[in-house]
Amino acid sequence: MPNFLDTLKQLFGGGKPPTGPMPKRDPDATVPLPDLPTAPRILDVHKITVDETPRRLTIGVAQDVGRVRGHNEDVLLVFTGELAGLEAMPHFGMFVVADGMGGHSLGERASGVAARTVAREAINSVLPWLLSDAQADVERPTLKEVMEHAMEVANRTVNNSVPEGGTTLTCAIIIGEQLVLSHVGDSRAYIISQDSFEQVTRDHSLVQRLQELGQLSPAEAAVHPQRNVLYRAVGQGEGLEVDVDSRRLAPGTMLLLCSDGLWGLVPDDKLIDIIRKAPSLQVACENMVAAANAAGGPDNITAVLVRLPQ
Amino acid sequence: MFDTHKITKSMGTGRKGQADSSLQAGATLQNRYLIQGVLGVGGMGSVYRARDMRFPNVTKIVAVKEILNLVGDPSMREMIIKTFEREANTLATLDHPAIPKIYDYFNQGDRSFLVQEFIEGKDLEYHLNDTAGMVSEEQVIEWALQLCDVLAYLHDHKPEPIIFRDMKPSNVMLDHHNRIRLIDFGIARPFQSGQKGTMIGTEGYSPPEQYRGEASPAGDIYALGATLHHLLTKQDPRIEPPFSFAERPLRKTNPDVSSELEAIINTALNYSPSDRFANAKAMKEALISLRRARTGMLTGRVGQAAPPPVSGPAGTPTLSAPPNASANQAAYAPAVSTKPPTGPKASEVTPVWSFRCEDELRGSPAYANGVIYIGAYDNNLYAVTAPEGKLNWKYATDGGLPGWPTVHQDLIFIGSEDRRIHAISAKNGKMQWTYHTDAPVRSSPRIAEGHLFVGSDDGYLHAVNVMTSRRAWRSQAIGPVRCRPTVYQERVFFGCEEGEFYCVDLSGEQKWKFKAKRAITSSPLYYNGNVYFGAMDGMIYALDAKSNWAVWRVRTNKPIISSPAIEGHLLFIGSADNFLYAIDIRNGREAWKYETGGQVTSSPAVNKGVVYVGSVDGCVYALDIQNGKLRWKFRSDGPITSSPVIANDIVYVGSTDHHLYALTA
Repeated sequence: MPNFLDTLKQLFGGGKPPTGPMPKRDPDATVPLPDLPTAPRILDVHKITVDETPRRLTIGVAQDVGRVRGHNEDVLLVFTGELAGLEAMPHFGMFVVADGMGGHSLGERASGVAARTVAREAINSVLPWLLSDAQADVERPTLKEVMEHAMEVANRTVNNSVPEGGTTLTCAIIIGEQLVLSHVGDSRAYIISQDSFEQVTRDHSLVQRLQELGQLSPAEAAVHPQRNVLYRAVGQGEGLEVDVDSRRLAPGTMLLLCSDGLWGLVPDDKLIDIIRKAPSLQVACENMVAAANAAGGPDNITAVLVRLPQ
Repeated sequence: MFDTHKITKSMGTGRKGQADSSLQAGATLQNRYLIQGVLGVGGMGSVYRARDMRFPNVTKIVAVKEILNLVGDPSMREMIIKTFEREANTLATLDHPAIPKIYDYFNQGDRSFLVQEFIEGKDLEYHLNDTAGMVSEEQVIEWALQLCDVLAYLHDHKPEPIIFRDMKPSNVMLDHHNRIRLIDFGIARPFQSGQKGTMIGTEGYSPPEQYRGEASPAGDIYALGATLHHLLTKQDPRIEPPFSFAERPLRKTNPDVSSELEAIINTALNYSPSDRFANAKAMKEALISLRRARTGMLTGRVGQAAPPPVSGPAGTPTLSAPPNASANQAAYAPAVSTKPPTGPKASEVTPVWSFRCEDELRGSPAYANGVIYIGAYDNNLYAVTAPEGKLNWKYATDGGLPGWPTVHQDLIFIGSEDRRIHAISAKNGKMQWTYHTDAPVRSSPRIAEGHLFVGSDDGYLHAVNVMTSRRAWRSQAIGPVRCRPTVYQERVFFGCEEGEFYCVDLSGEQKWKFKAKRAITSSPLYYNGNVYFGAMDGMIYALDAKSNWAVWRVRTNKPIISSPAIEGHLLFIGSADNFLYAIDIRNGREAWKYETGGQVTSSPAVNKGVVYVGSVDGCVYALDIQNGKLRWKFRSDGPITSSPVIANDIVYVGSTDHHLYALTA
């Protein structure tokens, strides 16, 4: 297993096309190393050089019911928008992962309603501004306020329409290089950059609290019988407290959203290894889901991977 | 308001079958117990009101607790039943007024039954929900004393202590004599099977160590603390983040509670069992001392000062630190022996040197090459040696100098209310050139790309070639520009007194603008993709530097003139509401705030984990950036609007008492 940080460095290794002899391959790799995912890919097609590096947000998504559950209570949602040219708009993306709970069809209904509602509210608040040329004269809500409002509406809607259900809800909105996350529950967001693999959401779970208090080690938490117990979720009454965080994403940075069916089964270093070895974000997501299934797949599995252009 | 019962309700499907299997009124168990109705439905089965038919001539009512045993494996079932019988036998030997009598137990089909004393009354959770306002401290102390007493009895049980494991308001009955009775011993625990899948709701009252499988007397003490916290705050711990009592100080929700009782409860709620009371008896004694002291006060020990609040005197940071065991031990002791406030007295410092100018120093100093430069209201720019505080030279303009001087190579630049920018030789204080605007200059210059960027009350941002003093361009605002512009990667950011904020490129072309509700005098700060500034509308803004999207804004209670400083994830800025704020730049949340005795128009400066700021109360404050704790303060003889600058661990700051001070950082 290659060193974790080395892996990260290799993953973001270079923006340069390969020249001269082929790069040395990882002797441990079981499959041929594909091209580095973030590097411009030079194809020799009829002697025309094509730069494949996209100038937009690139996306991979995968979802699976797992190997134990009978039905899927996870939801993923992806919306992106691009406008290039003189009147260019910043890259726009809205991404949601929700993991429902409540048995019968309550969980899947709760997560579906929550994801649709939060996306509709947030997109309604943001997209008209991005597509208009209006300047500062009209007051706009801040992105934090947009996300807080959207989460509040989603919570209210779930309370009213699926009163017996609940759901986690992790949302990311990207405008240019600005990432704003809103989060409740134990689905997760990670920011993957050249030298770090950072979990940017905090699980609202009992075992997370116990770890913060030094009462459990991460290893103990990973196998704790009550590791699925949340203390905060959408659809559990009014007055939901939401974590909202903003980050600037450097060019080429990746964002991973996933449910606990992925992060609870596949360790971080394995995730980064899968992402590195995949030829595309889509394959990376499919391989991550496959890894969670290979580890038993006890829960629904969802992964969304986004990369900013270089 | 949360529906407090919702989370205790099952999220899953498993309970439905159980509820359906409840015994109907009229059914008889063991040919003896005639079921009259359901008293309650728990996770493991129902509790019934039943009549004991063994006493045909009197009506003897009992409570019959049903425990469903749905474990499939026969040997496991057998083990569970054995455990149940052993515990029932133990309970039957107990003799304490707060513990209901056990009369009988038996197994029947897939259920076990425990027959016990029927207690008429209401549990404390019901009582709490039924009480308008808060339950009185006297009442809670009385209950707490009785609960400590019964816990002490259980914990002293021989040969093994009995752990109650499930102290919570709904497990405490209040009988008709206002006496406490414990119900629902943890006898049903082995029947519980692990639940699968994501679910909501925690026990809320359980101690952290219980999740490692530890059950001890100290755990019961924690749960008692949690119960008392709930009774006094009406905040249900099952819907709050687990183990968050320290973040929800009792007296913040219910100021009527004495600091002594809060300290006792905090001690019971310490994360580490060894930091709690040694045993229930010790907790009881603390409560008795408190009750005695309270009664004593009521009978009029005149002249005794009220005991100090645990949260400390006004002016300490509002973010409360997690409870500290020893502090709490000390804090509840004053219940009987009041003592003066224990807050650490921050040392006041004496200056390394001070330098007297001829008028007030309202502007801020700059440091370069061992020299401090500062403008005074006598129109002079002073150059003072940093190590000794000796005058190098002074340079006269024809107007006040309210801003920061800017040092670039061998030149000092400063804006003056005489409408000019002055470029002065650092060596000898001689004028090199001046640049005229059409109105007083209250903005401070910024140098980048060989140009000087500065605002003027003439409503323009001016870009001036540093070498030639020629104007490259000027960019119009809708009001005077008094902030100090900031430049980052070919973008210039500045605000104006009419509340607009601008981003222009290096050719002066406007890229975007943003509108605040009031004047922007605060100087923007670029940091990692965002620009941050305050405004006279009291807001702190974080704008995406590429678009003009506000990422977040934070409201303070008065206008902001102070300019932000950032260290790590924290942004520091003062407000006219007297506070210095520390804001987490990732989410716009307040990390802490510190109250000074006057408006904070001075801009904070950060050095080695300490933030320094002046206040109109005349003091310079040195605060720990992590928690806002006061390191030291320095009192001058006049309001301080000047912003400190730090060099070589010395803080330099001007005061309206005419002095420039050098203070050891």
